[in-house]
Amino acid sequence: MRYAETGFNLEIDLTRGNIEKVATDPKDTAMHLGGLGTNAKILWDRVPPEVDPFSPENLLIFSTGLLCGTPATGCNRTIVATISPQTQLLAYSMMGGFLAPELKYAGYDKVIFRGKSPGLVYLWIHDDKVEIRDAAHLQGMGTLETAERIREELGEPKAQVAAIGLAGEKRVYYASIEHGRSSASRGGIGAVMGDKGLKAIAVRGTKDVNIASPERYFELCNEVLKYIQHRAENPIKGVPPILAGIGSPQEMAIHDEKWHTTSFAWGNARHRRKDFWTKEIARQWRETQEKAVERLISCYNCPMKCGAIISYPALGVSKYMMKCYSKLTYVMGAMADDLEFGFKIAGLAQEYGVDGYTAPQVMAFAVELYEAGILTDKELPGFPADNQERFFWLLEKIVRREGIGEVLAKGTYWAAREIGNGAEAYDRNTIKKHEQIPIKLGMLNPVYFLMYSTGAKINITQIEGQMPQVPFATREEREEFVKDWIQAPNEKIKEFFVNWELRGENSFPYYPTPEMTCEIVEWQETMHYIDDAVGLCAGLSSFPIKPPYHIHNIPQFIAAATGMEMDEDKLWEITRRNRTLIRAINARRGLRRKDEKPPQDHWKKRFPELEAKLLDSYYRFKGWNEEGIPTRETLAKLGLDYVGADLMERGILADGEDAASAEAPAEAPAQKETN
Amino acid sequence: MTDEKKKKIIKTIRIDVDKCNGCRACEVICSAFHAEPKYSSNNPARSRIRVIHEPLRDIYIPVYAGEYTVAECAGRDKYTIDGKEYDECAFCRASCPSRVEFKEPDSGLPLKCDMCEGEEEPLCVRWCLADALIYEEREEEVAEEDVLTEQEDLELGLESLAKKYGLKQIIDTVARMSKED
Repeated sequence: MRYAETGFNLEIDLTRGNIEKVATDPKDTAMHLGGLGTNAKILWDRVPPEVDPFSPENLLIFSTGLLCGTPATGCNRTIVATISPQTQLLAYSMMGGFLAPELKYAGYDKVIFRGKSPGLVYLWIHDDKVEIRDAAHLQGMGTLETAERIREELGEPKAQVAAIGLAGEKRVYYASIEHGRSSASRGGIGAVMGDKGLKAIAVRGTKDVNIASPERYFELCNEVLKYIQHRAENPIKGVPPILAGIGSPQEMAIHDEKWHTTSFAWGNARHRRKDFWTKEIARQWRETQEKAVERLISCYNCPMKCGAIISYPALGVSKYMMKCYSKLTYVMGAMADDLEFGFKIAGLAQEYGVDGYTAPQVMAFAVELYEAGILTDKELPGFPADNQERFFWLLEKIVRREGIGEVLAKGTYWAAREIGNGAEAYDRNTIKKHEQIPIKLGMLNPVYFLMYSTGAKINITQIEGQMPQVPFATREEREEFVKDWIQAPNEKIKEFFVNWELRGENSFPYYPTPEMTCEIVEWQETMHYIDDAVGLCAGLSSFPIKPPYHIHNIPQFIAAATGMEMDEDKLWEITRRNRTLIRAINARRGLRRKDEKPPQDHWKKRFPELEAKLLDSYYRFKGWNEEGIPTRETLAKLGLDYVGADLMERGILADGEDAASAEAPAEAPAQKETN
Repeated sequence: MTDEKKKKIIKTIRIDVDKCNGCRACEVICSAFHAEPKYSSNNPARSRIRVIHEPLRDIYIPVYAGEYTVAECAGRDKYTIDGKEYDECAFCRASCPSRVEFKEPDSGLPLKCDMCEGEEEPLCVRWCLADALIYEEREEEVAEEDVLTEQEDLELGLESLAKKYGLKQIIDTVARMSKED
């Protein structure tokens, strides 16, 4: 018997309409755990770099995490992976909700799609019964409406559905996959789903998920619940309210948005509005939010209430569910002071199925180009004068790829280059062609420099970590903080934190030192790789300060659930393997050092020499060469010899040297900022 | 004799539907607790508590399983409470032919809440950090004749079996079982 996982994947060939249930190799679980880890293994093995994202050979994988469907609180994430049409690299995006556990109960760990369906279809999984069904009647339908319709026509109110909207069908490069209050939005995976002619997947499962050491597992689960209660009663002192608790940032429950609205940039990642949060705004926004939020809701088996049912008939949008930050992205992108606008456009955008981070930035970018005269009334006929109306106008164009929408549907990077005429200068907030959260700060933060530059998620908002982002003002506060910091991996990290000052020698940018920075980054990203492999919500683990899951208790969860031998060292090694394998997939697709940089104006104060040193230190720390490609030795140590051999054969790694070969497919040799 | 009162403990779960966040932790832990061996598996489809939920109608009702009933109700009423329309079944605890709730998925046998016999309080209550489920015990005075003796309890159980399968079949089965012993 397999524990925690089912031991079966579904392989769906959409071209031929073929469905197969395939037993998986337990060795892959031992090497990569599950979720993102095994997704990466499959993508490495089966999607060579020649495969275009919009080709039938690209795979779209819906995966459960290893612990999804077990009683562990918050283990409910679906990890979707494919090759991104926007970045041309591996894209993976996670969503909470109810899909992954349902898939486990149906008896599958993953659903792997290949090929392209001749007509629009959806997949219906009901335990052992799996069928590809016609979806012609769902064409152009909104994501939520599609889910309702499917449940109705199947007569299965308990079916869990994930669907794309019009944007996915039209292959908008930032189309999302929506599932109730959750979505897998980043990297354009909804576009790949649309390209495959797959409108939705619907799942109903009624089988058991087994646990290897039941009593022990139950005990661990109870400890986590107890700690969640403890944290509810003990918010972190000295940080803004939005950072004091656990879960996703509590955007639906908390009205106080001073921190986001005054620290993050508005418009096309352009303006800081440090005095935005007035008493009057605070009052208006509270009123709007209280009117809009009907109920706070949760994902499967999790007490955190990060989502909400939004019901605001006066706005003219039907009821929908929202989580987290999309409440603010459109408001801030449109420079609108009006939270009602945010609730209205987010509801519409969700039905169309676009990413709530990228979409408003692309729109803000278009508005800026118009104001700069690079786009004119010729390209934007009938463009409204009011900024909020402009956003609605642009949304309609983008999701239909009509007129200027055809270009904007590719995101700021590609659109800027197609529009030309100086538009490139307005592509000012992307990393590796992907829009980032609009934060523009003063002083370089070395930890975030590395996480921004090198993160494979290519998305800072989801790689934040358990280390506070700035030091506390006094040593006493810092010493107080570390007293019950059970989540820290070791004493060293605590020491780094205690000695970290706001000003003076031990402050940004030279503190933490590159060596310390590498260790902090390694820890923070390790936590994310663990979560994304086991299906744990980052909001209870890698993301917030002092979460209930951490590097010390997760190995015990894995051991008790699966029966595998597991300890902290082993877990670090597995995540290092997964991190390195994903690195290799992207290196094989051309990723090089030159791509590893934050937006130029992310920090006002930049330090080219220090930044080069940070990258050098980090690559060395990881066992990668100076182009950021894992060396053969590193790969061999992680049991990935076959990856090393492939990189050699392709000339991406060369014999006897750790540097990238001159024949590497990178566009140009790396331009180092120093030396 | 007949007017003598006896005390009886009534176990209840007080359900606050406004507090339910729809996470279904109650279903998870219920099915884990009742697995054999305990906690060795979980499967909400085996749970003896279900969250009847329709997010877009803002309906979230945790219901725990009551008695098995052979036939569905003759009429199905709708209730409107605070402007929300509820199907009467949404509040019903019966394992009944009209719906999938409270039946073992493989055998179709009815499920019934046992308040997690042996635990201090039902585990669904302990796992509901939203406090939508609150366990309460209250003492009620009942006339002695109302308190079933073990013998009466047994007879009642047998009667209902006899009603379902016929007395003859029950006698045959008991006879066969005692031979096997």
